[in-house]
Amino acid sequence: MQSLSNIESKRRPLFFRKLVDRCVRIFSIFSITLAIGGMLWILWTVISHGIKVIDWGFLTHPSKPYGIPDAGIANALIGTIFITLGSAIISVPPAIAAGIYLAEFAKHSKTGNFLRFCANVMMGMPSIIVGLFVYIILVVPLGTFSGLAGSIALSIIMFPVVMRTTEDMLGMVSYTLRESALALGMTRARTTLCIVCRSAKNGLITGILLALARVSGETAPLLFTALFSDSWPTGYFSHPTANMPVLITEYSTNSPFESMHAAGWGAALIITALVLIINICTRIIFKEKHGK
Amino acid sequence: MANKIIARNLNFFYGKTQALFENNIEIEENKITAIIGPSGCGKSTHLRIYNRIFELYRDQKADGELIIDGENVLSKDVDVLELRRKVGMIFQKPTPFPMSVFDNVAYPMKLHFKLTKSEIADRVEKALRGASLWDEVKDKLKTSGLALSGGQQQRLCIARAIAAQPEIILMDEPTSAIDPVATLKIEELLLHLKKDYTIVIVTHNMQQASRISDYTGFFYKGRILEFDVTNNIFTNPKNKKTEEYITGRFG
Repeated sequence: MQSLSNIESKRRPLFFRKLVDRCVRIFSIFSITLAIGGMLWILWTVISHGIKVIDWGFLTHPSKPYGIPDAGIANALIGTIFITLGSAIISVPPAIAAGIYLAEFAKHSKTGNFLRFCANVMMGMPSIIVGLFVYIILVVPLGTFSGLAGSIALSIIMFPVVMRTTEDMLGMVSYTLRESALALGMTRARTTLCIVCRSAKNGLITGILLALARVSGETAPLLFTALFSDSWPTGYFSHPTANMPVLITEYSTNSPFESMHAAGWGAALIITALVLIINICTRIIFKEKHGK
Repeated sequence: MANKIIARNLNFFYGKTQALFENNIEIEENKITAIIGPSGCGKSTHLRIYNRIFELYRDQKADGELIIDGENVLSKDVDVLELRRKVGMIFQKPTPFPMSVFDNVAYPMKLHFKLTKSEIADRVEKALRGASLWDEVKDKLKTSGLALSGGQQQRLCIARAIAAQPEIILMDEPTSAIDPVATLKIEELLLHLKKDYTIVIVTHNMQQASRISDYTGFFYKGRILEFDVTNNIFTNPKNKKTEEYITGRFG
């Protein structure tokens, strides 16, 4: 083995290899600091501006036109909950069914790949276009903005997200589990619904919650659909419906009054806290299974 | 001395690649038949024809005849759900369902039979006893099947398979992911189970084959090179390849 041993003179300098190693590490740490720093900065700005206006009255009173005392954001908070849950009710069942189709029945088929491509396109679609679309097909013909129209717009945004996470989560379930269910004489449908989905349950819930967290802050689609109102969201099906993102937009950009800017920050803090809570919940749910 | 399973000219294809060639074998009722051979020789592939589980994958195809109790089960007229009730299967990795120990065993019963709650409870106990697991889990029937140890999980899968009232149990390297002590337990269990079931076991472990099986088939490159009483295979193999394999010269 002459040729393998006589290469001592060609050794790469250790110094250089270690330098590269160090540079890569420093760059990674720098980048992550930047990302986390940005997040903390945003959080700090929202908290420092918003915390001042938050009190019990702010959380329990509905919004009011400028100058009327005892204004709050309760109607927008409830409106956002209505609109977001509405969008979940509309989009989650078909999205999960579609995800099941992709994962179980169209894994490598042409139809499956085409649908996957469509979902990716849908996910990349600017949300304002979704808002415009619902405005044209629903709000204009019916002649009214409504919370329901807002839910429909958000459900269009949620659908592909939930569909793809469902597919991914089911894809993580081992093939042996499917085979052992089928080997007991179960049908494909029962295997999928009772064994595979059950196995992936926590992942599915996580996917839905993350999608909810994402759409609960969407503003553009709601500007064209739910719009805003100072009343309680009782007219969800037929009237403009209060919601947090549009309240924040209106108060912060379209109002000349200092007190409304402050209320906008307060609302921003509340919605940030909500999204954060949803995210933490998903962590806990997901960990329950995968932490073990 | 009835033959439970007879394979005649079985061929198997993964897409265009042929994996099994003209497999012929006769498997006797209430015996343990071991299938041995080097990796990739088609042992598992062969076994997976018996309950038609390969049909899950669109590009896999079998032709030839596989006769169970006088009926060619590869024929399209045979109901695959009923075939799989009759032919249970245990996999290499234990696969408890994400539910309680009790429900794992009760599930296939409820699937195939209309039973009252007390009948189910009674049969779950019997199945768990049958799988020598009852004493270890009787106080934790409500805990998740996934919380058991590997060996216990595998016996839970055996109990689950028994619960469907099969006549044949297929085992695809059932102890290769399990520690030696748990393996011995499962081997003892198999010797016990053969009174009631016909067992076909694929194994990488030649000692295992010689310890528990009555008949052994040696697979090589998709063909059955030798099939005989286990003792003959291990003491007096007729085929050169078989001899080389069991003496550890390859594989």
